[in-house]
Amino acid sequence: MTTDTNSIAIAAITSVGAAGMPRHHLAIFAALFVFLVAAPFLLYPIFVMKVLCFALFACAFNLLLGFGGLLSFGHAAYFGMASYVSAHAAKMWGLTPELAIIAGTLVAAVLGLAIGSLAIRRHGIYFAMVTLAFAQMIYFFSLQAAFTGGEDGIQAVPRGHLFGLIDLRSSEVLYFFVLAIFFAGILLIYRIIHSPFGQVLKAIRENEPRAISLGYRVNRYKLAVFVLSAALAGVAGATKAIVFQLASLTDVYWTMSGEVVLMTLLGGMGTVFGPIVGAAVIVTMQNYLATFGDWVTIGQGIIFVVAVLSFREGIVGVLAKWIRKPL
Amino acid sequence: MFELLGIPPQVLFGQLLLGLINGSFYAVLSLGLAVIFGLLNIINFTHGAQYMLGAFGAWMLLNYLGVGYWWAVFIVPPIVGVTGIVLERVLIRRLYHLDHLYGLLLTFGLALIIVGFFRQFFGVSGLPYPPPPLLTGGYNLGFMYLPNSRAWVIAASLIVCLATWFIIEKTRLGAYLRAATENPTMVGAFGINVPLLVTLTYGFGVALAGFAGVLAAPIYAVNPNMGADLIIVVFAVVVIGGMGSILGSIITGFGLGLIEGLTRVFYPEGSAVVIFVIMALVLLVKPAGLFGRGV
Repeated sequence: MTTDTNSIAIAAITSVGAAGMPRHHLAIFAALFVFLVAAPFLLYPIFVMKVLCFALFACAFNLLLGFGGLLSFGHAAYFGMASYVSAHAAKMWGLTPELAIIAGTLVAAVLGLAIGSLAIRRHGIYFAMVTLAFAQMIYFFSLQAAFTGGEDGIQAVPRGHLFGLIDLRSSEVLYFFVLAIFFAGILLIYRIIHSPFGQVLKAIRENEPRAISLGYRVNRYKLAVFVLSAALAGVAGATKAIVFQLASLTDVYWTMSGEVVLMTLLGGMGTVFGPIVGAAVIVTMQNYLATFGDWVTIGQGIIFVVAVLSFREGIVGVLAKWIRKPL
Repeated sequence: MFELLGIPPQVLFGQLLLGLINGSFYAVLSLGLAVIFGLLNIINFTHGAQYMLGAFGAWMLLNYLGVGYWWAVFIVPPIVGVTGIVLERVLIRRLYHLDHLYGLLLTFGLALIIVGFFRQFFGVSGLPYPPPPLLTGGYNLGFMYLPNSRAWVIAASLIVCLATWFIIEKTRLGAYLRAATENPTMVGAFGINVPLLVTLTYGFGVALAGFAGVLAAPIYAVNPNMGADLIIVVFAVVVIGGMGSILGSIITGFGLGLIEGLTRVFYPEGSAVVIFVIMALVLLVKPAGLFGRGV
């Protein structure tokens, strides 16, 4: 370990706040919360909700890549399948939104368990290719299965009443529901990262043979983090289906898997706040540059290339280096 | 007229032939990936876009310069290969000292850029490429009708695959290549220019993708997205075959094409996913792939 990272670690240990969280993390969470509570009054609420859904998706992905060291190139499968399931549950079964989201999450978790248990048999780029191929299988399933509506997707999904009581038709009310899900999600991820389980994950990421020789059942840890990540990606996808009242093939196609990698890479993989920043940048770019058509794709490709070649820490990673504290 | 399991033989053999054609593309593309992976340790995500470049190269030669298919077969693959060499020299070589995953991410970004440009300028609706006169006819084999175009695709890919296998496994150049994958420093110490070897290998692998693209032009519509779905199937083929072996990727490619064709006859809904199902089964039983070494 370099002296640089050592001093970062020491700085982190010495400034722990009341909640067991380093003070600067606590401050960032608080600032983020204040900003997001004010955001719907300053910005278009639907847009902010879209950012929140993708930010949660990227954080879930980063849990796997940044902390587990596993590059899944098929995370759209969990995001998209959860969005189909929750849309179907809300529209056809008339479930309340929170139950619909739970249904989507459970399906994503089961899917993650099935695919993850096969994928962790391979390492590195093979792992990435296997997850990608399975995700494509899910895509073809979504294209052909009866309940997904094929090319049309599931449209006009009712937003419903939260707990059967609170009407979510108004975007302002819905926003606070989404905000609560988002915060619960990232705090859970934060908790996982900083738990003993998270420390073992980091050990596996840094040196797998050593973790094995220390007696850890590495594959169980990998599978556990894979399922957690898939389930949280499912939460994001299911919430997105309720917000946009739509589940469609774009959410399950492999380009979506690429986008979440891009968000994480750009924001800073292995950082707590990076994926949120990355998602905000990419979603903003897509929203405001949509009229430029395929130039947006080209722009994303260029960002990808630049990020890989000369910006591997990502935006938040660079900031963390400057202030010499982990973010 | 005999029937097999209630399927008319024309239908069965027709689908098997289509499967063999798809298998030809799987074989040539997974061979290109295997060659690149062998020496560069990079999963070339740009491969699908480079296949598309081959098809567009043939289309542009015909429409802008009036150069026909048979010339395109020889002209386009080297040109696409040279674009690959430029990419390798300018961008990809900067990543060799890093985790392999960065190579995958970089080539993914490159694929986005290339496909984005072609979508911007040519749209997403397919452009027709008329087959040359020699490929429009066919032979009646008695039990089925064999169109020339299909026979040509299968024969040409087999020849290219076997030639590649011969070069890598049986010639001195191939011996250098294989040695360089094992120990580049040692091979360099013997006076072999390993970086040049790496660059040329990448160019050759990319040229294979371009060649597959030229073969595809008269069969499928020339379209910026034509490589996008195909490349993921090819990844699955690569996982099934295991990338250790050149011959493995050829056999797996053709074999899986045939299986896909058979599935289309007996259970059409499953034809799009059968390769992925096989991949899952192979991973369960033999995680290194059918012809692979190690995990």
